[in-house]
Amino acid sequence: MSGGLPLIIGLPLVAAVLLVVLGALERRHSPAAGPGFFQRNGVAVGLYLALAVGFWAFFIIVLPQLAMVDMSFRPKLPPSQMGGPKDVFTLENYRYFLFGSTTSTASWNILHIKAFFLTIGVSILVTLLNFAISYPLAFHMAQSAPVARLRVLLLLLIIPYWVNEILRAFAFRVLLSSGGVVNKLLLGSGLTSEPIDFLAADVGLYMGLSYAYLLMMIFPLYNAIESLDKNQIEAARDLGAPWWHIHAFVVMPHAKPGIASGCTLVFMLCAGALAAPLVLGGPRTLWFTPIVYDRFYQAFNWPQGAAYALILLLTCIVFVLAVLRLFRLSLGEITR
Amino acid sequence: MAAAVELDGVNVTFGDFVAVRDANLVIEPGEFFSFLGPSGCGKTTLLRTISGFIEPTRGSVRIGGKDMKGIGPNRRPTALIFQNLALFPMMSVAENIGYGLRVRGVPRHERDEKVKNLLIQVALAEHGHKQVSELSGGQKQRVAIARALAVEPSVLLLDEPLSALDLKLRQHMRAELRAIQKRVGITFIYITHDQGEALTMSDRIAVMNAGVIEQVGNGRAVYAEPRTPFVASFVGENNGIRGRITSVANGEAVLDTPIGTLRGRNPVGLAAGQDALLFVRPEALRIGAGAGALFEGEALDVAYEGSVTHISMRVRTGQKLTVTLGGGAADALPQPGDTLQVGFEPRDGLVLAKAADA
Ligand SMILES: Nc1ncnc2c1ncn2[C@@H]1O[C@H](COP(=O)(O)OP(=O)(O)O)[C@@H](O)[C@H]1O
Ligand SMILES: [Mg+2]
Repeated sequence: MSGGLPLIIGLPLVAAVLLVVLGALERRHSPAAGPGFFQRNGVAVGLYLALAVGFWAFFIIVLPQLAMVDMSFRPKLPPSQMGGPKDVFTLENYRYFLFGSTTSTASWNILHIKAFFLTIGVSILVTLLNFAISYPLAFHMAQSAPVARLRVLLLLLIIPYWVNEILRAFAFRVLLSSGGVVNKLLLGSGLTSEPIDFLAADVGLYMGLSYAYLLMMIFPLYNAIESLDKNQIEAARDLGAPWWHIHAFVVMPHAKPGIASGCTLVFMLCAGALAAPLVLGGPRTLWFTPIVYDRFYQAFNWPQGAAYALILLLTCIVFVLAVLRLFRLSLGEITR
Repeated sequence: MAAAVELDGVNVTFGDFVAVRDANLVIEPGEFFSFLGPSGCGKTTLLRTISGFIEPTRGSVRIGGKDMKGIGPNRRPTALIFQNLALFPMMSVAENIGYGLRVRGVPRHERDEKVKNLLIQVALAEHGHKQVSELSGGQKQRVAIARALAVEPSVLLLDEPLSALDLKLRQHMRAELRAIQKRVGITFIYITHDQGEALTMSDRIAVMNAGVIEQVGNGRAVYAEPRTPFVASFVGENNGIRGRITSVANGEAVLDTPIGTLRGRNPVGLAAGQDALLFVRPEALRIGAGAGALFEGEALDVAYEGSVTHISMRVRTGQKLTVTLGGGAADALPQPGDTLQVGFEPRDGLVLAKAADA
């Protein structure tokens, strides 16, 4: 990488200064200003914390991503030519996503663009489906289940996740394939005469994705709903509210941060999922993450892979921020 | 007119535990009715049974003459004010008050009009747009009342609504609640463990103990004419002395006690030979070596409070009694350690049956 050294030294400094400035700004705006950071922790511990967090934030989070950003704007070159005269900044990788190879006759890179929007669209659907499944369960666990049942439910939810993600995906495949358990049951009971190809219809994909991130939805919801005072539900009921009204106007507004954080997690994880789409996706379904994976390992085109990954990441971030905005939530609130 | 609320043999059990036992009661329309009892005696349970959150295990609840069996809290003509108010924090004050109307599909302009009127009624006209968290304790209280009144219930149920307020505000809210009740004219059923609250506000009081309604009557009746030892000692201060009845005559009973022979009224008609308790209010006890002295004891503590003086004393059996003297006695106050001669008029003594477990 050209100019690597100043970058490596300069950026942590910039980040550290930025953190200090942000901290100072926040302190000025918050009414109850406590003792300063170093006063609270002592200079030695404070310094250690600042350096450790700074190091962690920079080397584990910022630097790899920056390297990806940098790479995505470079051409694919053999190692010998890296840093050479041909190693210039270019938009080629992003252009490729939209318009495909320069030699192709089609005007748009339909295949990749379709996969991209399919991934976003299906991720939204799966997120909604996941919410619909998780909300009643989380509500029951948080508000009405007796303690003993709550324990059992939690165990039932957690234990399946001890099984590896890929194994779980294959289990769904076994269940849903043409000669699988479900089809055998359907044929045996005479409900259908032909086996149904669930996998081709992407039923397996939806199920696998929904199931894979169920906990990411249930736990934020559970936490949020659990903190709702039972009396508020009863007060609404006492004032004449039917059950759906209580959920829509009392429980959900209260649980909004939890809903947002659950949906954000599931959406992000879904859009970036690799195992479930690879194992369970129908033959006509091209998920975007396997394409990214292919850029890296089949096409050996790391810059292009980096560009694709960034396109997905940025789109997801923008989408999530827009939705949060729509629901009048700040990013800080979903971490509560 | 049908009774506002009728309880007919109402029992509520949680597993083996009987929270309310055989409650029979008729509450009249427009009445300010209080349940008074110590914490854990089943008051909230009974109130939730009336509002429909709990179905009685046995017996029935009628509201306005109609049996409420199977009718949920959202379909009963009652409104409940919760112990912690349970205002909706994500709604403004006006939205809170209008919630019940919104649920009922009252059109917006009509709803706004009603909410505005209610805000004026509870002196919060300027606060409709505020968040609940911006209000003081007393203001929150009034929002809760307005929210409940908005749905025009025929019975308003209040579960210790003043317990979270400081003393001064509590006293102010007592008067205010009473005034609101007079104005709207509906039945208020009020729960409290504070006898002062019950006595000052209520038309009638039901005194509860361990799930049982022990006595129902107006404030004077439960204070001056208690029918059970529990009511005698829970409503106001009282001294209870154990003994056995030796004779009864003319509505009075003579009691043989470890500290002497004492005489008092016998309102529940106890017979000679029964174990009983004699209750004398602290303010009914007289001290001094006059002719009326019945027993003696040692003064332990003398607390001079200006208008009254409370003397704690110990009698021969080791039991402690309280004597309250009026302000006039200030010059001749006894000192701790003094031996006191104590007496009382037989009409101030009250002989009641000893409770089975006492
Ligand atoms: N849902 C319940 N399950 C089991 N016991 C309960 C339940 N609700 C109340 N109790 C018990 O019933 C008794 C009366 O409670 P409560 O009506 O709340 O008393 P109060 O309001 O007079 O303080 C208490 O001993 C309480 O523990
Ligand atoms: Mg209570």
